[in-house]
Amino acid sequence: MIAVEGVHKSFGTNHVLKGIGLQVPEGGVTALIGPSGSGKSTLLRCVNLLEVPEAGRIRIGDSDLHFSTTTKVSARAMLGLRRKTGMVFQSFQLFPHRTAVENVMEGLVTVQGWTSDRARDRAVELLDKVGMSAKADAWPSTLSGGQQQRVAIARALAQSPDVLLCDEPTSALDPQLASEVVDVLLQLARDGTTMVMATHDLRLAAAIATNVVFLDSGEIAEAAPSEQFFSDPQDPRTRRFIYR
Amino acid sequence: MVDSLPSLFWACLQFTVPLTLLSFFLGLAVGFLAAVARLFGPRPLSIFVRFYVWLIRGTPLLVQLFLIFYGLPSVGIVLDAFTAALIGFTLNVGAYSSEIVRAVLLAIPRGQWEAAYSIGMTWRQAMRRTVVPQAIRIAVPPLSNTFISLVKDTSLAAAITVPELFRAGQRIVATTYEPLIIYIEVAIFYLAVSSVLSALQTRLEHRLSRHDGHAEVAR
Ligand SMILES: Nc1ncnc2c1ncn2[C@@H]1O[C@H](COP(=O)(O)OP(=O)(O)O)[C@@H](O)[C@H]1O
Ligand SMILES: [Mg+2]
Repeated sequence: MIAVEGVHKSFGTNHVLKGIGLQVPEGGVTALIGPSGSGKSTLLRCVNLLEVPEAGRIRIGDSDLHFSTTTKVSARAMLGLRRKTGMVFQSFQLFPHRTAVENVMEGLVTVQGWTSDRARDRAVELLDKVGMSAKADAWPSTLSGGQQQRVAIARALAQSPDVLLCDEPTSALDPQLASEVVDVLLQLARDGTTMVMATHDLRLAAAIATNVVFLDSGEIAEAAPSEQFFSDPQDPRTRRFIYR
Repeated sequence: MVDSLPSLFWACLQFTVPLTLLSFFLGLAVGFLAAVARLFGPRPLSIFVRFYVWLIRGTPLLVQLFLIFYGLPSVGIVLDAFTAALIGFTLNVGAYSSEIVRAVLLAIPRGQWEAAYSIGMTWRQAMRRTVVPQAIRIAVPPLSNTFISLVKDTSLAAAITVPELFRAGQRIVATTYEPLIIYIEVAIFYLAVSSVLSALQTRLEHRLSRHDGHAEVAR
């Protein structure tokens, strides 16, 4: 169970998220769409607490955290919730000083305390899943953007997170390289990986999402199952965005 | 003249090299802690570190050494010459390297911290596993400069009676009256030590750049 309730987040006087509530169905892909600056990235980053909301509730499995200006949530509790998530960044952010397979092993070894042998086996399995096992020992700087992002996806999945958070996973890539990443994401979706994906790419959203949430100026304008959302959008802001 | 070489060699091996190595690595530890305190520590600590760096960088090393060796006994702290020099050089390396360490830590993109956090690392794990290894690589050239300067600066320890390479040279000159030859020999020793260090620096840089994806055939 992944749920967000009444989340508010400001940067200084810029009120970015204005009471976001959202249920993420398990085994489905929830696409967060909306114009640039509407708060998609901030919302994703609030889910894994890279940004700490001023108010609201974030729940993943048995981690259930309430935020308010008067109470302080412990670092341990925040870490506990974050460890139930994996994140894929727009700019990949592989560790440049580690090979592809070491990138995937890193969380298993450092966070989970696995032995290096066991972690390597698991990492190679995951690299295989994203079609990158042939490049296991390559340095990130020698890989194309699409290859780096596939390794980053494997890294994010290594610790079997409850939810995979993807922030514009293909928008730093040329169309051709983007498509190899999309293929991997589609496969994960078919395998029942729970995902929340911020994207401004409507085609990607339509192809992969089971549910779509439209964000506008930090508010949810519309949330609906994917088919309904694209065939019969209700909110005028959504219509304008889809048919622009 | 020729028998001056063994005593210079000994002075170098017994004092110059240990003083350089010890004060460099201790100073680096001080510099790392100072940089972390300044970047991440509470405000009073960060102000204290800035004061320390300001103090050390703004005063001559020779004055610092004299203060420690000749000044401190007035307040009851008597140190032998080597210890006094070690403290002086360590504080010095600490101050200069803290600025370098601070800059290289800041040079690691925020996205790398976030990637580390996103796979569940704590601040310490992110620092140790992700940030420091990348920072070291950028830090090698500027820290090597500090190191090589230090080799030469240790000659200042002669002024507080540490019998290191330069002072050994002075002593020999005092009995042989051959300043030209003896000081050339002394200079050659310094040159040898700093050249060895430069060569090591190049090797280290090469090793650390292996993830750039070129020139990595055999290790
Ligand atoms: N770290 C930050 N500091 C200050 N402002 C930020 C920060 N991150 C995002 N913002 C602001 O929050 C708003 C929403 O940004 P973002 O969540 O990145 O939108 P989106 O991903 O939908 O394009 C923007 O106005 C942006 O300038
Ligand atoms: Mg964004």
